Amino acid sequence: MTTELSAPPTSKPLRSIKQPRLPKQAPLIAVAVAVAAGALLGLSLGWGLAPIVVLAGLLYVIGLTVWSRIVETPRAATDRLITSLVWVSLIIALIPLVSLLTTVITKGAPAITGTFLSTSMRGVISGPGGINHAIIGTLLITLGATVMAVPIGLLTAVYLVEYGQGSRLAGAIRFLIDVMTGIPSIVAGLFAYALFSLILGPGTFFGFGGSVALTILMIPIVVRSSEEMLKLVPSDLREASYALGVPKWRTILKVVVPTAMAGIITGITLAIARVIGETAPLVIAAGVTDSINTNLFSGQMTSLPVFVYNSYSNPGSEVDVAVQMAWGAALVLIVIVMGLNILARVLGKILSPKTGH
Amino acid sequence: MAKSIDVSDLNIYYSDFLAVEGVNMTIKARSVTALIGPSGCGKSTFLRTLNRMHEVIPGARVEGKVMVGGQSLYDSDVDPVEVRRMVGMVFQRPNPFPTMSIYENVLAGVRLNSKRISKSDADALVEKSLQGANLWNEVKERLNKPGMGLSGGQQQRLCIARAIAVEPEILLMDEPCSALDPISTSAVEDLIHELKEQYTIVIVTHNMQQAARVSEDTAFFNLAATGKPGKLIEMNPTKKIFSVPDEEATEAYISGRFG
Ligand SMILES: Nc1ncnc2c1ncn2[C@@H]1O[C@H](COP(=O)(O)OP(=O)(O)OP(=O)(O)O)[C@@H](O)[C@H]1O
Ligand SMILES: [Mg+2]
Repeated sequence: MTTELSAPPTSKPLRSIKQPRLPKQAPLIAVAVAVAAGALLGLSLGWGLAPIVVLAGLLYVIGLTVWSRIVETPRAATDRLITSLVWVSLIIALIPLVSLLTTVITKGAPAITGTFLSTSMRGVISGPGGINHAIIGTLLITLGATVMAVPIGLLTAVYLVEYGQGSRLAGAIRFLIDVMTGIPSIVAGLFAYALFSLILGPGTFFGFGGSVALTILMIPIVVRSSEEMLKLVPSDLREASYALGVPKWRTILKVVVPTAMAGIITGITLAIARVIGETAPLVIAAGVTDSINTNLFSGQMTSLPVFVYNSYSNPGSEVDVAVQMAWGAALVLIVIVMGLNILARVLGKILSPKTGH
Repeated sequence: MAKSIDVSDLNIYYSDFLAVEGVNMTIKARSVTALIGPSGCGKSTFLRTLNRMHEVIPGARVEGKVMVGGQSLYDSDVDPVEVRRMVGMVFQRPNPFPTMSIYENVLAGVRLNSKRISKSDADALVEKSLQGANLWNEVKERLNKPGMGLSGGQQQRLCIARAIAVEPEILLMDEPCSALDPISTSAVEDLIHELKEQYTIVIVTHNMQQAARVSEDTAFFNLAATGKPGKLIEMNPTKKIFSVPDEEATEAYISGRFG
């Protein structure tokens, strides 16, 4: 018993922490070799570009893993395999996005001129017109939808997280929100159209109807994303606030929501980006027009997606001009969405909880 | 200003789980009372019933009576918000508000309640509270930097400053020093000594020396077995508890002969 304590430690060989490693540029070398080999093989067999790229990708993943397995440890080989798979998936995911962007830019950019952005289609008989009316329509209808959907959605999320925990009503609301997420957008448009036809008489088309349709589509997204963000706020902070004698509603308003603000704004932006490109509900509820209409509450209103759709489906006599304008309008829409995303990021940066010193 | 606390036949539940059973206790005004006991015996739970923070947890409830300065805390017409303004709390883990600067954190109790306060009064209150929490010298150059940028110990003292800035009458502290180095700990202990001139202080601690150093009275909580409710075993003047306790269990716990 006692002697064991003083027994000399069994001499163990010093365990080395060094392992053979591939050179730092190994992935780059593997890419080069895989591309070269793929191209060589593919060209000699007379393949097109796509199969060659697929082949090169496969060669890269397999080659790097095998090389690593030979030189490095099995763990390092697995690491290389997973890392290459992640990279390959990323590139696969980026292909459609990049291709879409380049197509829209190359086809749409020539259409974009000063008159294109600043005039409408009113009275345009031949040659290109403008999309000013559609830009205004898109911005107004989406703004209207945001103004309605954000307060409703955010307050619902606050109820779900702060007040309704475990209650049956909250469960029911969550279920309905999930159902709402699945509503086809055209049904939302029909709902808005039917609603205002009942109230204001049949055949009522106006921007606000479109806003209502988009609101229905936005609410579930805003609720779900805000709910997740509010749930992330640690309960420590709520307790800290309560312990200072701050009432619950003020705690929510001044501690919980500000702490989650960056995430909430991101969610709202995603919701806007999701509905700003909606076509079908706006065709039904807001109608179509060639002229500028800045009044949400009367008269038909065209939005950019509806304009794109119309230019394609009813190009008139000058098909080329109409199609080019459609691409131009699509590009403008993408730029607007990107601008929104950048704005959201900047706001998120400004509003997010600060850590640094 | 400071008030005494009278607890009678208090049972504390988390839903159906009885966490603490049958507490009877009197806490003197303008003194420091330490709560000691093994982990899980319900010290934090009991402390949180003294400012109605317990009921913030869904399903949590309380039976029995807590009187503060002659007013019953759990009467149906009592507003828990008012109770918490009177009974402040410092938590086991530091929890400064991440969206606020150091300055705003100290003023949080005032600002969140939308009380009007002039700029000069606010500055004075911030300085006084930070001095009180022994943090002023470390942060006076960077009051507008985020509170989350402080070290853990500094954050805890910031939370103490925030709690005393609302000038409560009773201050509850749940292991306020468990994240602090010996220097900050002794600063907080000095602070407790000063604060007891004005406040009634209840402090949970795992550190026997700390309990012996800062408190007038000590209450020992214990568990009969895991899953059984925690109980108040003994409450006596600290001197007596640490020399000749009435109960054998207390003696065993204090001298470290405890399982
Ligand atoms: N939110 C909760 N829900 C359910 N049970 C809880 C909750 N918080 C604590 N408990 C239980 O209540 C009992 C007392 O816990 P409490 O946190 O009061 O212990 P403590 O004495 O403060 O321990 P420590 O010294 O480790 O902080 C424990 O059995 C614990 O599991
Ligand atoms: Mg505790």
